[in-house]
Amino acid sequence: MSLNDGRKRVALALGACAFAGTLLYFVVGGIGNNLVYYWGPTEVLAAGPKAHGASIRLGGLVEAGSIKKGEGSNLSFSVTDGKKSLSVRCSSVPPQMFREGIGVVVEGTVATDGVFESHRLMVSHGNEYRAPDDPASVDLKKLMGSASELPEQDKK
Amino acid sequence: MSASIGRSLVLLSLLFASAGAVAAFAAFLKKRADLTTLAIRAAYGFAGFMILANLWMVQALLRNDFSISYVAQVGSIDLPVWVKVVSLWSSLEGSILFWGGVLALYVAVATRSLTEAHGWARPAAIGVWLACATFFGFLIAGPAQPFGTMVDVPADGPGPNPLLQNHLLMAIHPPFLYGGYVGMTIPFGLALAALMTGRLSPTLLGTIRTSLLAPWSFLTAAVVLGGWWAYEVLGWGGYWAWDPVENASLLPWLTATAALHSAILTERRGVLKGWTMSMVIASFLLTILGTFMTRSGIFNSVHSFTQSAIGPTILVFLGFATLASVLLLGFRVDLLQPDGELERGASRDTAFLAQNMLFVLFTFTVLIGTVFPLIVEATRNVQMSVGRPYFDRMTVPIGALLLFVMGVGPALPWGASTSAELKRRLLPPLGLASGFLVLALGVGIRSPWTLITLFLAGYAAHVTLFEAFRPARTRLKIRNDGFVKAFSQDLFGPGLRRLSAYVAHAGAVTAFIAIAVSSTGSKSVERTLAEGETMTFGRYTLTLEGIENLEEPHRTSLIARIGVKKGDTVLEPLRPMMNQYRSQRESIGTPAVRTGLIEDLYLSTMNIDTNSRTVGLLVMINPLVSWLWIATVIMTAGGLLALFSSKRAGRVVEPARDLQAEVAR
Repeated sequence: MSLNDGRKRVALALGACAFAGTLLYFVVGGIGNNLVYYWGPTEVLAAGPKAHGASIRLGGLVEAGSIKKGEGSNLSFSVTDGKKSLSVRCSSVPPQMFREGIGVVVEGTVATDGVFESHRLMVSHGNEYRAPDDPASVDLKKLMGSASELPEQDKK
Repeated sequence: MSASIGRSLVLLSLLFASAGAVAAFAAFLKKRADLTTLAIRAAYGFAGFMILANLWMVQALLRNDFSISYVAQVGSIDLPVWVKVVSLWSSLEGSILFWGGVLALYVAVATRSLTEAHGWARPAAIGVWLACATFFGFLIAGPAQPFGTMVDVPADGPGPNPLLQNHLLMAIHPPFLYGGYVGMTIPFGLALAALMTGRLSPTLLGTIRTSLLAPWSFLTAAVVLGGWWAYEVLGWGGYWAWDPVENASLLPWLTATAALHSAILTERRGVLKGWTMSMVIASFLLTILGTFMTRSGIFNSVHSFTQSAIGPTILVFLGFATLASVLLLGFRVDLLQPDGELERGASRDTAFLAQNMLFVLFTFTVLIGTVFPLIVEATRNVQMSVGRPYFDRMTVPIGALLLFVMGVGPALPWGASTSAELKRRLLPPLGLASGFLVLALGVGIRSPWTLITLFLAGYAAHVTLFEAFRPARTRLKIRNDGFVKAFSQDLFGPGLRRLSAYVAHAGAVTAFIAIAVSSTGSKSVERTLAEGETMTFGRYTLTLEGIENLEEPHRTSLIARIGVKKGDTVLEPLRPMMNQYRSQRESIGTPAVRTGLIEDLYLSTMNIDTNSRTVGLLVMINPLVSWLWIATVIMTAGGLLALFSSKRAGRVVEPARDLQAEVAR
């Protein structure tokens, strides 16, 4: 392949640009539509209707006295970050450590009635994160990290 | 005392590495053979002391020598012996020390394999290897020092992360991963040496190919072993989640696979030299990026230990290595002139090109999805992740195209051919492809991508088997050899290299089928069972027979004994459990899997309540998952056979190779 021909070079460069452009379009589009936001109750409430239907990982502490067990594996409780709290409806069987005051990360979205609907409930894992005595000092970033060692599951 | 011996060993190896690197680069620049000899000796010196440092740590772990900081951090008296040994790589400092040990082995073997025939590429490559060794030696001696002295020697330690002692696979997965990751240093050094000397001789290209095959084989096994470990330990029922850490292991594998293929074009046609070097270099840089992502604490996972100071150091090294590579590529790549031309049109040459493009596309897609959240967090301080659907949607079509190329490519002849010839080669495999499609529809598979994948897999399977045994069949026809002789000749003769490629392809086709079917055909249900209660799922009847208690020195386990019936046949009961490790706050489940060739029955406990005698259970039926493990064994075997064949190639006389090439057509 001799590339000495200048026109051939230009054509090749144009082709490469077109290819890269198309690729970038698909990649950026693909990422944009599939972002999962790591939010606390404050951020979710601040997002308002924008949060409806978005993929969210909600992190916080299980509010004392808020756990209600329903039929089968249905469960409801509130998640708080010390400032705001948000009700959560959860359809998965809770993990062993689930109890009041523990750090949790729930995955799902905000339903039209404003309740967070979750298909997946994770308890903060690992030794790094311990639920603080003072709920106002929740370190969201650490909490999210400590639960993320369990990979995301398919939404079914 | 014990700690200072370890520190001395590390310092000595660092000294040899840095002095050797200087000597090697001086030998290359001044063209002095005596300095080359010196650099070679220094390379062995580095290797020797680094391996001793690793052995020293292992004996300290076995002897519970808590005066060494790392042992005090991860050791514990009550641990089983295998966990003690595995502790070497169970935490940050030890894992970097282990990296150094693996690098030492690689550098020693690679230095030995270089000869006069490599010319001045020899000191250049040794220089690059020892420069990398200097960096890791510095990490071990400084920011990630495992041989710290404990002032107050504790009586006992906490033991490693419980997730890591939960399964024997943890003893196997990391050595394979390191074998892959660290091994990429060797071809990287050789590629930079080719650029520095401005010449890619056939000898050097052969060495690059061989040195890629070893880490490629390890990495192939490691990527899937990681998935297997997740499947057997994490308990969510799958093996791949596009987690950043998993992606980090996949990325260099993708570029290394691309490099192995483009090296064939370079070897045969004398083209794409710069491209092949770029793929080799990218594989190394991606291993360092992967190390940065997993060791710096920016992603939290089982693989990242703590927020640590070595992240920025690795990032600096990555930046420096990238800069050096880009500059060398930019200024020197024009020296690597092509010696031949690529064939146009429907030829195997084109298929190789398409394969490389697709692999690069795959790498790019995964890389962007992995790094994007990091960039967003760094620039806008917003935490997010890129969801799994992005990866699935982007990579499934690329994967299908790759499978298409893997089917059509080997069926195409090298160079130009007539359309009658093309028809003769391309049409017959459609038979097996249709067969696979009909079978898939017959067992009720309806997902379009799975059907497409199975159709293409049938095509590729036909071509792979046909091509694998083509030389044997030719011999059978022409020479009237006996059946056994005709078929075994490839295993013991020069045809092994060709055969090994098709062994790897056979593994890849199997993996494609397993991934497509298991990812779309799995069924799951979550249920809370009381003692004695029975549930049915699919053809299985599950009964919670009882909750057992197991006390071990390092943990207490609650075990749910689940009676299993498939149809009317009573099977062995399964025992998913919850383990409470000493000095750990939370319990960790271990799923129980009944592995089968057609489907796995997967039971994972979410909770075990001893008061109400109930168990929260996740039940899954995963089809064909075990075939992914089998496929990996086949692929790795293909890589090792290729490695073996290229080690032997030195002894093959040239005419025999040409004859082989003739037969191969």
